Amino acid sequence: MSELLEAQPRKTAPSALPRRATGLAPTVLALLRKELLVELRTLESVPGMSLFALSTFVVFHFALQRGSVEGDEAAGILWVTLLFAAILGVNRLFVADEDQGGFDAFLLAPVDRSALFVAKALALLAYLVVLELVAVPAFALLLLGPTLGPALPGLAATLALGDLGVAAIGTLVAALAVRTRARDLLGPLLALPLFVPIVIGGARAISPLLVQAHRTGPAARWLLTLGLYDLVFGLIAYAVFDFLLED
Amino acid sequence: MAPSCGATRKSTSKTYPAVAPSWRIRTRVLSAAALQVEGLARHFGEREALSEVSLSLAEGQTLVVFGPNGAGKTTLLRVLATLLRPHAGSVRVLGSELPAQSWAVRGRVGLLAHEPMLYRELTARENLRFHARLHGVGEARVEELLEALAMSRRASEPLRMLSRGMVQRVAVARAVLHNPELLLLDEPRSNLDPAAVDLVEPLIGAGSSHTRVICSHDPSGGLAEADVVLGQRAGRAALMRAAAEVDPGEIQELYR
Repeated sequence: MSELLEAQPRKTAPSALPRRATGLAPTVLALLRKELLVELRTLESVPGMSLFALSTFVVFHFALQRGSVEGDEAAGILWVTLLFAAILGVNRLFVADEDQGGFDAFLLAPVDRSALFVAKALALLAYLVVLELVAVPAFALLLLGPTLGPALPGLAATLALGDLGVAAIGTLVAALAVRTRARDLLGPLLALPLFVPIVIGGARAISPLLVQAHRTGPAARWLLTLGLYDLVFGLIAYAVFDFLLED
Repeated sequence: MAPSCGATRKSTSKTYPAVAPSWRIRTRVLSAAALQVEGLARHFGEREALSEVSLSLAEGQTLVVFGPNGAGKTTLLRVLATLLRPHAGSVRVLGSELPAQSWAVRGRVGLLAHEPMLYRELTARENLRFHARLHGVGEARVEELLEALAMSRRASEPLRMLSRGMVQRVAVARAVLHNPELLLLDEPRSNLDPAAVDLVEPLIGAGSSHTRVICSHDPSGGLAEADVVLGQRAGRAALMRAAAEVDPGEIQELYR
């Protein structure tokens, strides 16, 4: 009986492989590189997001029945369109990993799981920047009354702050939704309420920029609000992301 | 009660009872066992995928799991791989208790599942390099494996352009990339032609020296490489014995 329970030694030990510990930064870089490579090959997110934004501006152009908008109206239309377009990217963010088993392969690797959050958020941030490079000029052409040039620095700063929040919240929500059957519905349902403060802050911040002959920069109070919101949600998302990946 | 399975297939002269007292397992085998599972249960909602599964496996041994579809074989592999949490019972893998010490097991386990766990839009080389970076393995190992699996010539093509057998070869390379101590293989030779089976043999076969858990539907082939056999039926262990004592007919019986 006792010999039965004695474990047998290994037949031969597997040959030692030179391995180095994988830190957060190299892991993030590896994941981000893979993410951008897959997007470049599939073109599943960014073109869809950009086309959605362009179509929405065209619809607004005809629906409003006037040549141009400015001020609060312009700021609202721009932010709402960008956020709805971002939802498309959020919904696709983890789909390739879930459908092709990449999630499991990542979970088996001896790496900090927060790296996945950082890499996905950076990838979403990159998608948003490309989206805005297409959407903002199109918005200026199709809808905006005042010239865009003088407003650009302030607009860019505000959009950058908004994008950080969208990337953090979007990644968190995408990770929550992707393992559910109703992920296409759950993603937007969870994300949109959390995006509301970004719409409010972003629209209030750029509203003074989108009027004829504006002389002020973006509203500092709203920029600060956006920054704080980004910080809070960035930290929350980073802290809870590990648990979302657990079974 | 944990069944006994600490003996190799070669030790045919000994008499192996199907079940050994669990206290003995705890006191004698714990430190040397690669796997130590007692009373494992796992459910998905109302459905019990695993119930009261117990086993132990020593380092360097091969456990082959037989059972019809839905018997819980894949769920067992995923629990051992730390991808699913056990809902009851105790599970020790490579000396670490799951799920509390899952972090200590990751990177020491190689899982070859039904899904290749590879990105279709990336090439074989890109996929393997990506996984090599995650595991802190040098790129020379990637080229070594591509060479060993005769995939070097097609390594720059996106995976979606390759046949299932070729994708399976790349999946084998991914599973052994970091030279894991424990290999968890779910029907590892599916989609492979005889030549490809010969290619993967040194990496995941009996000569690879890994501790292995293999899910199989092939009674004769599975028995040939098993030290220990687990027969699953409806989530429960219907057969747990040293392979030398198992008759192929008993395995056939699991599927009836």
